[in-house]
Amino acid sequence: MTQGPQSFPHRHLLGIEGLTRPEIEGLLDRADAAVDISRQVEKKRVTLRGRTQINLFFEPSTRTQSSFELAGKRLGADVMNMSVASSSVKKGETLIDTAATLNAMRPDIIVVRHQSAGAVHLLARKVDCSVVNAGDGAHEHPTQALLDALTIRRNKGRIEGLQVAICGDVLHSRVARSNIISLQALGARVRVIGPTTLLPAGLERFGVEVFTDMRAGLAGCDIVMMLRLQRERMNGSFVPSVKEYFRYYGLDGDKLAHAKPDALVMHPGPMNRGVEIASDIADGAQSLIREQVEMGVAVRMAVLEALATHLPND
Amino acid sequence: MTALLLANARLLDPATGRESPGAVLVRDGRIADVAQGAAPGAPEGARTIDCDGLVLAPGLIDLRAFVGEPGAEHRETLASASAAAAAGGVTTLVCMPDTNPVIDGPAIVDFVLRRARDTACVNVLPAAAVTKGLAGREMTEFGLLQEAGAVAFTDGLKAVRNAQVMRRALTYARDFGALIMQHVEEPDLVGEGVMNEGEFASRLGLIGIPREAETVMLERDIRLVRLTGARYHAAMISCADSVEIIARAKNDGLPVTCGVSVNNLVLNEGDIGHYRTFCRLSPPLRHESDRQAVVKALADGLIDVVVSDHNPQDVETKRLPFAEAADGALGIETLLGAAMRLVHTGDVGLPRLIAAMTAAPARLLGREAGQLRAGAPADLVLIDPDLPYLLDKRRLKSRSKNSPFDEARLQGAAVLTLVGGEIVHRAPEIAVAA
Repeated sequence: MTQGPQSFPHRHLLGIEGLTRPEIEGLLDRADAAVDISRQVEKKRVTLRGRTQINLFFEPSTRTQSSFELAGKRLGADVMNMSVASSSVKKGETLIDTAATLNAMRPDIIVVRHQSAGAVHLLARKVDCSVVNAGDGAHEHPTQALLDALTIRRNKGRIEGLQVAICGDVLHSRVARSNIISLQALGARVRVIGPTTLLPAGLERFGVEVFTDMRAGLAGCDIVMMLRLQRERMNGSFVPSVKEYFRYYGLDGDKLAHAKPDALVMHPGPMNRGVEIASDIADGAQSLIREQVEMGVAVRMAVLEALATHLPND
Repeated sequence: MTALLLANARLLDPATGRESPGAVLVRDGRIADVAQGAAPGAPEGARTIDCDGLVLAPGLIDLRAFVGEPGAEHRETLASASAAAAAGGVTTLVCMPDTNPVIDGPAIVDFVLRRARDTACVNVLPAAAVTKGLAGREMTEFGLLQEAGAVAFTDGLKAVRNAQVMRRALTYARDFGALIMQHVEEPDLVGEGVMNEGEFASRLGLIGIPREAETVMLERDIRLVRLTGARYHAAMISCADSVEIIARAKNDGLPVTCGVSVNNLVLNEGDIGHYRTFCRLSPPLRHESDRQAVVKALADGLIDVVVSDHNPQDVETKRLPFAEAADGALGIETLLGAAMRLVHTGDVGLPRLIAAMTAAPARLLGREAGQLRAGAPADLVLIDPDLPYLLDKRRLKSRSKNSPFDEARLQGAAVLTLVGGEIVHRAPEIAVAA
């Protein structure tokens, strides 16, 4: 794997917030190289040989956890998965205690997902190793934003100047927050589309254009990014019903036709087919959804490699 | 008991707002004489303290302090809370009924008063619950509780949510002249919110609490006060809209008063920074424009009372992700030092600030404390308004350490505190001459 254009000056990756454009682009460049590695027969590298990576997941996630696991293994790290269902956290141990316990095992990298915003920052302050945020509450999910940026850049050749629409449950979405910051840093114009019950307060201060009408919001867009709507929010609490939500905010062929003809469709997964996205669109020619998964492994390899220069135990 | 002369002081009388050089003679637990101008000679056998021109005022009265006794003594006891109070110049604290068991019957009031008499070094006045068990359903025995020594009625951290229950409580309270202190927060609008709603909460990915959670409850309650004519005190308001609502109610001549937490006067939502749980409070820290509005309302006299909202929390309830942590911050020991920021910035005059922590709460409680006149209890505080220091939470007297002012630069502190004529706190530089 080639050396990135510049060294990464942070010990942790806790969010997109605080990264500069050159730092983000540097990670994307590294990730481009990682894509090539992942497409070879021999996928193994030695960058993290002898290093220990712990994936600490307080929220279940098959996709992100296996993506981080594969990324660590391709770089030669020993990877251990800890998920909440099988850990002592369920027995009342606090996050801080868990952090201290894991820290005593001298890991080099901890990848953390937690249901509470800020939990990963809290943990990062209590350990000596590098910490990667794999999603904290409704706050940030930086590697998702990076893989989305990589997917867009590889398909459109650029990000600067593109019109991107982020659609759906922005209120509860860490993916939306990280993407807004990342895409704006990279020069895209960002729109947000959804019913106001699912949009956070003060959103207009994020520098985005806000739409509640999906057709109007999609007009002229290059990228349509759909968000997952959690099941418990579908029935009357935030939107009246799945049927009504799909009618007004689900991405189908009719609504997609309002975007540019060469618009591309993305979704962080896992999808609710027939809720936020129609099946034929998810599987259609404009969909990048499967490619996003491949880019996920590459971006996580890039992040782990970038952090490798700051690892402890040297 | 020998007399004590506090000589060479700058007397601050909150009743008149006047500051003048003078001396105070204390005898038998009461103020025996207040002498304006040059100090009279000390009477035979009296001890003397040279106040060196510092500000001598009635001791502070804190209308809202949570004490862990009974039930959560690991967080705070009456002894530790009162030691913190004394160090902060607070000579009377009103303790909230959110204890285990809840202060909702005469026997518990009696227990708290006896424990305070035996272990506390400042005056402790219990506030009793409005509803049994703070459950929001059945009224407590207002009459018997008052006889036992309860000074006001409040469900503490909780609002009385049911409008019918609140209407009846206000109606019944009026017959007994009882004061109802309400935590003005509509629980459904708070929902799972943990900080002020707005851009900052959205950026942190935290659920917001709209200002309407406060204003909806406040408007409702004021309608009920109009209906019942009871004395109503909004425990703490936090936003500009609430100031307007209070102004209207007062303008209409309703028996409505309100308080503000020192936290909402000197901090804003930005102090949460990267998820500082010590700044997780109820009501939440609001936008800077709200802070400025409540500061102005205090300066104008529209807000009656400043409280510490002292709420000790231990490591287990605070060293957590923000959304999972408990609300509350220490405050009684830093009340004066933090509030003095407003004096130093020129936003609020010292006499006005002190009145909101002495005469105003005393009037609400119908107590004779909070005054600088002969015959009043000798509950006094000597304030060095300019003393600069870096707050170190390890030096706080409280059993808990959750101070939002840890490592903050403060200016102004109590250097001498007297309760009933007894010295309960004295900084080393203050000498007592026999």
